[in-house]
Amino acid sequence: MSLLTLAGVTKFFGGLRAVHRVSFQLSEGEMLGLIGPNGAGKTTLFHMISGFLRPDAGTVTYAGKPLVGLRPHDICQRGMVRTFQVARPFLRLSVLENVVVGALERVTHRREAVAIAGEVLELTGLAEKAGSMGQSLTLPDRKRLELARALATGPRVLLLDEVMAGLNPTETGRLIDLIRAVHGRGITVLLIEHVMKAVMALSQRVLVLNYGELIAEGPPAEVVRDRKVIEAYLGEDSAGPET
Amino acid sequence: MLRLGLGAVSGAALLILPFWIPSTWQNLLITTFYYAYLGQAWNILGGYAGQLSLGHAAFFAIGAYTSAVLASQYGLSPWLGMFVGAGLAALLSLGIGYLGFRFGLRGFYFILLTLAAAEICRLIALHLPILGGYTGLFINFTPNPWQFQFQGKIPYYFIALGFLCLACGIVWLVQRSKLGSYLVAIREDEDASEALGVNTFRYKMIAYALSAALTAPGGTFYAYFQFYLQPNTVLHINHSVDIMIRPIVGGMGTILGPVLGSFLLELLGEFSRTYFAAGVAGLNVVIYGVLLIIVVLFLPRGVYPTLVHWLRQRPGDSR
Repeated sequence: MSLLTLAGVTKFFGGLRAVHRVSFQLSEGEMLGLIGPNGAGKTTLFHMISGFLRPDAGTVTYAGKPLVGLRPHDICQRGMVRTFQVARPFLRLSVLENVVVGALERVTHRREAVAIAGEVLELTGLAEKAGSMGQSLTLPDRKRLELARALATGPRVLLLDEVMAGLNPTETGRLIDLIRAVHGRGITVLLIEHVMKAVMALSQRVLVLNYGELIAEGPPAEVVRDRKVIEAYLGEDSAGPET
Repeated sequence: MLRLGLGAVSGAALLILPFWIPSTWQNLLITTFYYAYLGQAWNILGGYAGQLSLGHAAFFAIGAYTSAVLASQYGLSPWLGMFVGAGLAALLSLGIGYLGFRFGLRGFYFILLTLAAAEICRLIALHLPILGGYTGLFINFTPNPWQFQFQGKIPYYFIALGFLCLACGIVWLVQRSKLGSYLVAIREDEDASEALGVNTFRYKMIAYALSAALTAPGGTFYAYFQFYLQPNTVLHINHSVDIMIRPIVGGMGTILGPVLGSFLLELLGEFSRTYFAAGVAGLNVVIYGVLLIIVVLFLPRGVYPTLVHWLRQRPGDSR
């Protein structure tokens, strides 16, 4: 059953057609990858799904209800939460406090929120850094924190915007395991990713966006052999891209 | 334990102090408490929620004029009038907040909006006969506690101290609540907060209304301490600066910041007045300004956070 449905979603920035008539469905429990060259409109699409931008045309339906016009916090409260491409931790708050803010979406009392945050930090491997300030974290930890905060809200759908960017292969491997674990808990995942290793390892299905339009869709192994995808994004040498 | 002891001793000292000091010092302390109170009210919006307001004089003036006019025209006790003032101040803040936050004004644009709103209030007050216009509004002295009027300084001392304790208590509660966590998150990153389910518009409105409502009784206190209100004093931008400068110097977004800032600035002002006021006219103000610049330059996060940081780094003290 489709949990999130986009139909004909279009966005212009002045004369630039950033996203053009994009339609796809995300099923409950699915892990869907969204790839494409820089500037293809992936993040713009995320902004429209999460309520930060309003589509110029088209509809976004989540759990049977239209989302267009709702503000980001409404969408989060309905169970769909996003992360940011450039991690945005609350710099002058502790790691624990960062996650508490997310947890307060579910509970009213700080004490309960702190308990939830503790569990999430344990799951994401940040428990030891609970007392550190957001600004003191390394890039991999910032990416984890971004994920931890989102998880603390208790989402049904997780929208991940390039969580692997800037990580070394070891860190990428660990984060892949973590996202698998999260998915294993029944959370539906839509991820934008440039790191093909992660896309191949995680996605059950892949969408390819180029110049704002969907040019391919299917299982990852098929998509990477698609002529159009190779020309637009992967390049000729990449039978099995490893970056 | 040490903190508790320190708190108890300074609390006791503040309770007996006014009976032992000369009236000028009483005045100094009253002003200190009173500005610390206003700073604390400002701190909720500026320090915690990170929305800098340069127009808090407007809420202050609403508190002052509302209680004074209700008392003189309708005989309503300022003790009750201050609540009416607080309500009206909250209403005005919601109006300004709606304009500012609905249309996404951030940073300097929000500051300009608050400043403009306060200026409009000043111009209105200057032209309203019931508020005394340019001449100002005089309040007749009738030593009646129910009319918020007292003989001598000591009652004012305790009222100001009580106000300050109340404001600190409210901020303490805010800090420990969901509201406090959300306000701080909004200050740190508004978009990230939205993404995490924080209704940033709503929480900024709550912070603004709470801050404005708390500021108004400060105006009531001023009215019945000075017995004279003039728009070009109480509604002037300088007064808004006076309100915000204490928490900025002391440490925004902390409970003790406005209190510490108020003590420091009051001492600084007194010091420059005492030693530099004679001779060259205005030299004391220049000295005050220079000292202020030094504080802001070298302790950009405020005195209190710097102090805490310092104490924690002492050798032998873990954490």
